[in-house]
Amino acid sequence: MSISNTWGRRLTAFGEWIDARFPMTKMIKEHATEYYAAKNFNFWYGFGVLAMVVLVIQILTGIFLTMSYKPAAADAFASVEYIMRDVDWGWLIRYTHSTGASAFFIVVYLHMFRALMYGSYKKPRELLWLIGMFIYAALMAEAFFGYLLPWGNMSYWGAQVIVSLFGALPGVGEGLAEWIRGDYYISDITLNRFFAFHVIAVPLALVMLVVVHILALHETGSNNPDGIEIKEHKGSDGIPLDGIAFHPYHTSKDLVIIIIFLIVFAMVVFFAPDMGGYFLEHANFEAADRLKTPEHIAPVWYFTPFYAILRAVPSKLGGVLLMGLAVGLLFFLPWLDRCRVKSIRYRGWFFKFALGVFTVSFIALGYLGLQPATGVYTNLARLFTLLYFAFFLLMPLYTSWEKTKPVPERVTK
Amino acid sequence: MTDDLNKSRRKFLSVATAVTGGIGAAFAAVPFVASFRPSARAQALGVPVEVDIGKLEEGGLLKVEWRGQPVWILRRTPAMLDTLPAIATELADPDSEQVEQQPEYARNAHRSINPEVLVVIGSCTHLGCAPTERFDVGPADLGADWPGGFYCPCHGSKFDLSGRVYKSVPAPLNLKVPPYRYISDSRILIGSDTGAA
Amino acid sequence: MMLRRMIRCLLMGIAALPLACFAAGGGEAGDLFSDPPNNDVSDVASLQRGAKYFVNYCLGCHSAKYVRYNRLAEDLELSETQLIENLMFTGLRPFDTMDIAMPPDDAARWFGQQPPDLSLISRSRGTTYLYNFLHTFYQDESSPTGADNMVLPSTSMPHVLWELQGVQRAVFEPAGESGREPEFKEFELVQPGLLSEAEYDEVVRDIVNFLDYIGEPMQLKREALGYRVVAFLLVFLLFALLLKREIWSDVH
Repeated sequence: MSISNTWGRRLTAFGEWIDARFPMTKMIKEHATEYYAAKNFNFWYGFGVLAMVVLVIQILTGIFLTMSYKPAAADAFASVEYIMRDVDWGWLIRYTHSTGASAFFIVVYLHMFRALMYGSYKKPRELLWLIGMFIYAALMAEAFFGYLLPWGNMSYWGAQVIVSLFGALPGVGEGLAEWIRGDYYISDITLNRFFAFHVIAVPLALVMLVVVHILALHETGSNNPDGIEIKEHKGSDGIPLDGIAFHPYHTSKDLVIIIIFLIVFAMVVFFAPDMGGYFLEHANFEAADRLKTPEHIAPVWYFTPFYAILRAVPSKLGGVLLMGLAVGLLFFLPWLDRCRVKSIRYRGWFFKFALGVFTVSFIALGYLGLQPATGVYTNLARLFTLLYFAFFLLMPLYTSWEKTKPVPERVTK
Repeated sequence: MTDDLNKSRRKFLSVATAVTGGIGAAFAAVPFVASFRPSARAQALGVPVEVDIGKLEEGGLLKVEWRGQPVWILRRTPAMLDTLPAIATELADPDSEQVEQQPEYARNAHRSINPEVLVVIGSCTHLGCAPTERFDVGPADLGADWPGGFYCPCHGSKFDLSGRVYKSVPAPLNLKVPPYRYISDSRILIGSDTGAA
Repeated sequence: MMLRRMIRCLLMGIAALPLACFAAGGGEAGDLFSDPPNNDVSDVASLQRGAKYFVNYCLGCHSAKYVRYNRLAEDLELSETQLIENLMFTGLRPFDTMDIAMPPDDAARWFGQQPPDLSLISRSRGTTYLYNFLHTFYQDESSPTGADNMVLPSTSMPHVLWELQGVQRAVFEPAGESGREPEFKEFELVQPGLLSEAEYDEVVRDIVNFLDYIGEPMQLKREALGYRVVAFLLVFLLFALLLKREIWSDVH
């Protein structure tokens, strides 16, 4: 009788038409309305969705930056200033992208820390963790390639230093560094290929990995702060008793988290886009100069923990290998941790203490990576490097010895 | 009772959140859309062009570039001007009624400020080809009654000596007259008709 | 200004980088030549004066090649005529950028190196550096320009503002005692300039203010927009929060 009814019927018919050809309704059910996750998620469980939000922000702003940016040594620096000054709203798009780069690492680090705390890397989520680690590796590559593009002096020398790391490998090193650069120094050719990696190759891999990550997550189901498997207690309707549908419950909660994040994000973009030189470094406001090294080279903050480890070792090859190992060990976490209890809530003080030491070490190394490598700083970096590695290498021991508390059957508040 | 209340409250909040989010998304889209506009550099390159027409002799055609478009400046002879009213019936828009095709001050019989000097953008209104100047009267290919004008080789559109389009050709509109003004008797500024240079 | 500073410090605090706050606030206390310029980019009159000094004293050798004159006029509230008469060399058009005519090779021959472009100098070096740099030229007969600088020792830049500031001598203490680097004590005015110390300080502040502005011409607009964006997001947050609580009311 009413118009809305007619339209409602048509919409349903259209949905059926699609469903006969593509599993639309089925997917919505599987991944949203009938995907059940624990109802006791705390704020630590928001960083996954925030990483997705930042990914979207980066892709969107990145596409628009590409439209005005020139990946050539002679034009790159000027084209960034062109975006900042001459393109309508270009400054906002660029600041959003540069802030997004740091935000990406912040949310991903917190997301990973959440996994450490609540044992989200443990059986049955080992593969989920591995895929996540590949995302992290891709993200580091993406950040490294992208950092060269503004062609500031810090971009230039940062790339110079990192590419030189490959030169440390015995035998193949020099040839490898040359092959990466495509030249005898960081040049126009290098910039051009880094651009290609940054705007298409790595983002494509990143997006695909994220899809795989989510599919894997929805296969095993999300972990929770109690570290118990909610699927083990299902109601008569087959729905986990402690689970609630992702939509509308978690989506409405995630929306709140996203908006809070956006507020902080907007405050950085609008009030402190260079974040006192941590998000946009002062030396990078000078164009790349092959003959003039900035007084103090440090990578952007998100790489400094690993950079501090690199500098802590008094041998070039040793430093490079140890730095690689620092990232590499994270991949093996599911098998290094022997404890069957997942959540830190019910784990013994061995692990709590180790995680605390690890966290302090990581932050301290991050700070030290920003400081000049002299005297006491180097010694501190060595100490914290030792502690960083101790967390992983001693893990099989202290996790088998630790005394855990009883884990509840059902999730707590 | 309370259920109904909750339902309507839920509905209201859903709609309010969705609408606010929609407004936010629309605002967020503004910078991206606006970044497509000609940048300050494009505008700098598109500033008005000053042309000296002092040395342009009668029947002579000067081609200059403004915003990447060819602008033709033709100093018409009295004989050329005489052809204009005669062919009015053969034209699609003899009185320049399509107002976007010329500024108000060029909406006259000769489509120019100074009757002798025609200023038009030399880009065919059909698909943007560049018409060629055919000032020869009654050539073999255009017919004995061709009084001189512009002919577009791409699709055969024909324009008279004030850039007016003929009937029954692919081009729908007269050639466009850009904004321009005289700085002095012999200098014109193309691209601007107001203010200082 | 205060609000801006507070938001910035707050953000730094969130990032657990309390050190950055002091750095952004301007130099470590007690350091020589780290007096903060305390300039205010929203002070249009100061920017106008700064622009004029910049054109008269700096633009001869230094370019600001990313800055467009017409953008300058718009932000500094100057009419096109004012712009052309006061700030532009003849033959330039309002859309042009602040380039210089000096060929780079000549510059390199005269100064030993090409004077840097100043579009982004406030962002690469910071305003504190610039402010102190322009204050600390002193007489040095051994230098080809007759002057050296405390902030940038053995600079190849002559003291172009000497007529305004006068000529000052650096007094070191203990003068020439063996085994120790002589420590800087104070400046001593050898020849007074056209301006008093306070007046000269204002001129330097105006120049630094102008350099701060051209380093990021959109900075005022950026902050003004920021307040609105955050305000909007807070409204959005309110609705989203209420909706979340309403939906979660069926979870027990």
